[in-house]
Amino acid sequence: MTAQTPQLEQTPSPSEVRVRISTGSAQGSATFIGAASAALGLVWLIYERLLPFSGALGFWLCWYVVFMVAYYVMARMQWTRLEARNRLASVAFATGGIIAFFIVVDQVAYTLAKGSGAVEHGNFWTQSQGLVGPLSPQKVGGVVFAIVGSLEQLGLATLFAVPLGITAALYLTEIGGRFARVVRTIVEAMTALPDLVAGLFIYVTLILTFGLPQSGFCAAAAIGVTMMPIVARASEVVLRIVPGTLREAAYAVGGTQWRTVKDVILPTARSGLATAVVLAMARGIGETAPVLLVAGATKVLNANPFSGPQVSLPLFIYNAVHVYGTPQYVERGFGAGFVLVVVVLVLFTIARRIGGSAPGELTKGQRRKLAREAMRT
Amino acid sequence: MAVEVTSGPAAASADQPDDVPRAIVTRVSGGDQVFRAILRVGGFTVLLITVLILIFLLLRSLSALKRAGFAFFTTASFSPELGNHFGIAALLPDSLEIAVIALAIALPIGLAVAIYISEYAPIALRGVMIAVIDLMAAIPSIIFGLWGFFFLMPRILGFDQWLALHTGWFPLFHVPGQVTLPGIVGAPFIAGVVVSLMVVPIITSLTRQVFSQAPQGEREAAYALGSTKWGMVRTVVWPFGRGGVIGASMLGLGRALGETIVVTFILTPPTFHFTFHILQGGGNSITAEIANFVRQYDAKGIAALLACGLVLFVTTLIINSLASIVISRSRSGASTAD
Repeated sequence: MTAQTPQLEQTPSPSEVRVRISTGSAQGSATFIGAASAALGLVWLIYERLLPFSGALGFWLCWYVVFMVAYYVMARMQWTRLEARNRLASVAFATGGIIAFFIVVDQVAYTLAKGSGAVEHGNFWTQSQGLVGPLSPQKVGGVVFAIVGSLEQLGLATLFAVPLGITAALYLTEIGGRFARVVRTIVEAMTALPDLVAGLFIYVTLILTFGLPQSGFCAAAAIGVTMMPIVARASEVVLRIVPGTLREAAYAVGGTQWRTVKDVILPTARSGLATAVVLAMARGIGETAPVLLVAGATKVLNANPFSGPQVSLPLFIYNAVHVYGTPQYVERGFGAGFVLVVVVLVLFTIARRIGGSAPGELTKGQRRKLAREAMRT
Repeated sequence: MAVEVTSGPAAASADQPDDVPRAIVTRVSGGDQVFRAILRVGGFTVLLITVLILIFLLLRSLSALKRAGFAFFTTASFSPELGNHFGIAALLPDSLEIAVIALAIALPIGLAVAIYISEYAPIALRGVMIAVIDLMAAIPSIIFGLWGFFFLMPRILGFDQWLALHTGWFPLFHVPGQVTLPGIVGAPFIAGVVVSLMVVPIITSLTRQVFSQAPQGEREAAYALGSTKWGMVRTVVWPFGRGGVIGASMLGLGRALGETIVVTFILTPPTFHFTFHILQGGGNSITAEIANFVRQYDAKGIAALLACGLVLFVTTLIINSLASIVISRSRSGASTAD
């Protein structure tokens, strides 16, 4: 080192060359494309011409296997074994990402495309299914009753799940202790609990034990039971990252625990909490299995969730596709799927928007308001 | 001072009392006591709901369990209205079979996506991929059901047939008798494929968080020793996240066991025979049985279905609780547990 240092100082530094961080190169891309097209040609020849195979999925699976082998062999011809393995691994991991991406896009696009046939009729948005027979054309009937049912049930479920969920999350972060650890384990187990069980629970308690009839309220309760642990878990994650120094500062200026939570912790975590709530709502509106048991069956508009059966969008899809099953009803089911996907996408976008900011980060409006208040005092 | 030290502890205790830690008294105000009580009630309610689910399901299914006796666990058919002939000997293995198929497909894909997002994806793509995975978790199961039944099923049948024809010597892919398209419609394998797509986001989001917590210092150490990126992932990120991977796959298994709508859609019509030939059409699951018949049975039948629901609840609760303990005990989870 000591010998080298003066030497470094003496050599006139050449014009600075930017270090290339990117690992991509023309050679790498050529290898990739070459392996892909070689595999495509080979598999096409063998799969379609020589062997009695058929089916698109099988074709692409075979292509993928041949491609990986070809890519490794071609990489091995140019680079060391470590480097070839490294490249093979990156391709394998990227494959997972690509598969997930295309499946999500395909599901959304497929539902929207198949549903557009029913959705484009005006009556779809203004009528219910009261006068619709199994073979009625799409000019009759709509999903207003299911949209109303979904919104009312989601509203009631949110009223039940959000306060309870956030209270439980506050208990986990603000009080804690040995018992809180048990509660946390249970909350985590409940987030992955079969939604069907929530429906069974409401069925057994409200309907069998307390003798309530099947209604929108029971459906809302079932949705609430599935939403509550989701809210609790997501909120706890958000509340946990509120900096402890903020909490200590609030206590140091003499704040009680209640004032600390109300004026410091909750406002700091507001955006994260809102995201948790909206994501839970997106999950709640798509719940089918719990509603199946407790909402009853109807084809007409029932705006009162507390009496009489009330059908939601997912339940209508289930009935249309699985119970009625005629081609006309399947098309209606896809129409309702269109509405459901759009609602979920909107809720999801809202959640992403709110959740974009870190805890405590203020929006422009909030910063201006703070500045105004500071000027006044 | 020096005098005191040389005279020893006995002298010290003579002139002044022992050091006693001062009690730190914080008086909790009345408002706070109410507030803390409310929070405690909130936490307790979550526990209460879980216990209530167990108690009520047990109470309501007791009559059916008594009626069937131990045969409940050995009967492979389900006709509670005709007599005492119902049990979970076919339903539970079928449920498990579908869940295991789902996990076998979801685990490699989910882990690949997680490692891709946390290690390989360019920064700009990372946010997009996280959003895609979150959206995948938010898509309702009924949409998965529609997609699986109308889009995937017709397209996967060719592959199924291919597997059955050319790899039929392998018992898992064997289809007894002639391989025909109607014979392989609605097979557990297809249900497992669709359910696996619902498990992928759970595995990915959990393991991604664990993987991204792998310490930066150890990553750099691996690079400094001349490791490639794959070598770094294999020796640093993967061992660090192993506990999270186990926990996430258990949570995924629990989720797959409880999936209702997709399984009900795909396995039509349901049949009562358990078989290891996963490509053969037919089969059933606890969830599909409940969803199909809960609106048709009378009180006796409902009690029998509730007994099935109880089995499902207990199974998933145990699996999920173990998973959450594994996650929080693992080295990676420990830093976030409290």
